[in-house]
Amino acid sequence: MNVVVCVKQIPDPADPGALDPETRTLKRDVKLILDESDSYGVEMGLQLVDAAGEGEVRLVSMAPNNEVSGLRTALAMGAESAVLVSDEALAGSDALSTAKVLAAAIARCEPDLVLAATESSDGYTGTVPVQVAELMDLPSVTFGKEITVEGGTATVKRQTEAGYDEVECPLPCVVSVTAGVVEPRYPSFKGIMAAKNKPVEELDLAGLGIDPTTVGWAGARQEITEIAEAPAREAGEVIVDEGDAHERILAFLDDLKVL
Amino acid sequence: MATDRALADEIVGTIRAWVDRDVIPNVAEFEHADEFPQAMFDQMCEFGLFGSTIAPEYGGLGLDVTTYARIIEELSRGFMSLAGILNTHKIGATMIGRFGTDEQKKRFLPRMVDGSFRAAFSLSEPDAGSDTGALRCKAERDGDEWVLNGTKMWVTNGVRASLVMLMARTPDGRITCFLVEKEPGEAFEGISVSKKIEKLGYKGLETVEMAYVDHKVPHANVLGGDEGIGHGQQYALSALELGRINIASRAVGVAQAAFEAAMRYAQQRETFGRPIYDHQAIQFKLAEMATKLQAARLMTYDAAERADAGERVDMEAGMAKLFASEAAFEIATEALRIHGGNGYTTEFPVERYFRDTPLMIIGEGTSEIQKLVIARKLRDRYPVD
Ligand SMILES: Cc1cc2nc3c(=O)[nH]c(=O)nc-3n(C[C@H](O)[C@H](O)[C@H](O)COP(=O)(O)OP(=O)(O)OC[C@H]3O[C@@H](n4cnc5c(N)ncnc54)[C@H](O)[C@@H]3O)c2cc1C
Ligand SMILES: Cc1cc2nc3c(=O)[nH]c(=O)nc-3n(C[C@H](O)[C@H](O)[C@H](O)COP(=O)(O)OP(=O)(O)OC[C@H]3O[C@@H](n4cnc5c(N)ncnc54)[C@H](O)[C@@H]3O)c2cc1C
Repeated sequence: MNVVVCVKQIPDPADPGALDPETRTLKRDVKLILDESDSYGVEMGLQLVDAAGEGEVRLVSMAPNNEVSGLRTALAMGAESAVLVSDEALAGSDALSTAKVLAAAIARCEPDLVLAATESSDGYTGTVPVQVAELMDLPSVTFGKEITVEGGTATVKRQTEAGYDEVECPLPCVVSVTAGVVEPRYPSFKGIMAAKNKPVEELDLAGLGIDPTTVGWAGARQEITEIAEAPAREAGEVIVDEGDAHERILAFLDDLKVL
Repeated sequence: MATDRALADEIVGTIRAWVDRDVIPNVAEFEHADEFPQAMFDQMCEFGLFGSTIAPEYGGLGLDVTTYARIIEELSRGFMSLAGILNTHKIGATMIGRFGTDEQKKRFLPRMVDGSFRAAFSLSEPDAGSDTGALRCKAERDGDEWVLNGTKMWVTNGVRASLVMLMARTPDGRITCFLVEKEPGEAFEGISVSKKIEKLGYKGLETVEMAYVDHKVPHANVLGGDEGIGHGQQYALSALELGRINIASRAVGVAQAAFEAAMRYAQQRETFGRPIYDHQAIQFKLAEMATKLQAARLMTYDAAERADAGERVDMEAGMAKLFASEAAFEIATEALRIHGGNGYTTEFPVERYFRDTPLMIIGEGTSEIQKLVIARKLRDRYPVD
């Protein structure tokens, strides 16, 4: 079974850099790393290939400056190879443009299954995976928490507010998986060493046969009209127990609508 | 061969991430219960840590001394005992790699890479610690075999090990190293664990006394073959030379953890209306701790880098071990003081650092022995004619 995992490479959340006031997008000239959200997809892909006893995990990523650091991390975990799309004309790409590019790159891999995260950690529009599916004319399942594959059908447990739905879907299909559903493995030292020599195919728009005017700033159909500083976190409230602390905590949680 | 720097950074970064995520949150549980940290050990095997310094031709990774030192530092920052689980194995693998016959290398090293077959190192005896030459454990030749009799003390990992690097006295009066294969457990043929040693710190892994009664090993298991007879002490001390860099790295790791804990606490705890960090007496403590830590780390890396460059480092490794272990003990003690009453409780990790750091002063040559080594080398380097 051949699984393609979409892997976004993002600025390190521990050192996230800044927004560019000109373009109103995140500055991405720093070293990018594997989005932790995507480590779950990579782990799931590896487990599915293991269970199938054949096939491999390939990675597909679109990132500026031919960035491969995040891909190397996923390759060290056990993915076999990667496709990286990088092109200056992709600057300014909105979610749909990203999906177009990913769809074209994924199609070349002829996968049985495409995995992505429910949402990325930096952009988190949560729209790319379904757009990819639509562009590739594939069925898609969102919020996957468990996937089993048998005889050309994927059975996906789909997280809902009440519990989960079990959905069956013919292959090939696109499944976006939720964070925290599997324990992503740590790369072994051997894996880290081997990753250095695993193939990363680098493509530009011409290589994918995509017209540069349909993506990037030129093709963006979304526009970011304003950006603002995130408000500073407010000081928390200290509840001192005077016999009624449990009630006040319950009321607080109730206000947050988490109960 | 030197390990590529970017590769080393990635390996060390992976260990660091694991220590932060899976070791530090769980260490107190295992440490206080003195329980073997099985899940952490399993992950160490998965990483490939046990084969990390074994040559690639035997299936290892052949990491250099500096990279290994950085790994030990990270492990010890989380839980010093993890470095201990690894250390006797690494000494054993180093001795076989350096002094073993080709046949011995081929027979043992490939089994030693995945962590399922681990080594203990057994030099010390009840009456032979600093004075290694005083050991009394006896080996007598009987045809194609050697018969071992005696008592060994302080055998770290002795129960779980499958191989003991055993130093014993041969009829020539000299010390020979035997590759003693055994099944993990309390007893195997003529070997038995005569005592489990309860320790101040260094918990979660066993340090035991082991008795040998007419235990037989084949002649093929004399380290270095016929030529190895009588050279055991030299082999052991040579492996300990690199071992000292590892002990220094452990000290740096624990000291880093103690220092960070103190920095955190000093900025959070308030007395007399301000964080204790604002009292100059506390600032001075932290400034000194940071300076000692920095010096200890640089000395350790320097010794490791020299070793990787092929230099003899007996003096530099001794200096690094001496300085780093004493600094770590001082830093841990100061961290405990900075924590006030909380430092004396099991709720905070500083009490563990306080219990763990003295071992680095004692193990693999006490501070006094390091000074003797350094002084001997000094006279070699500064002769007067
Ligand atoms: C007008 C505009 C201009 C922008 N300009 C830029 C720009 O210049 N540079 C830039 O980097 N971003 C830019 N962005 C942001 C960019 O469009 C989004 O980050 C990107 O489309 C993905 O959206 P998301 O992160 O919300 O993905 P989500 O839909 O939240 O992602 C879900 C999952 O889809 C997959 N996925 C998403 N993106 C990728 C990817 N690139 N590679 C592989 N897998 C992926 C991952 O599995 C991810 O977890 C711009 C956005 C707008 C609206
Ligand atoms: C937890 C633990 C684990 C250990 N694990 C192992 C192991 O796996 N394998 C192994 O072989 N050994 C191991 N050891 C033994 C360790 O190496 C010895 O304890 C150490 O070398 C000191 O020897 P000793 O205890 O006999 O002390 P002694 O040699 O009796 O020393 C007592 C004191 O006298 C000082 N002293 C001794 N000689 C001199 C001198 N000439 N000049 C000045 N001062 C001197 C020492 O510095 C020390 O302060 C372990 C020890 C401990 C505590």
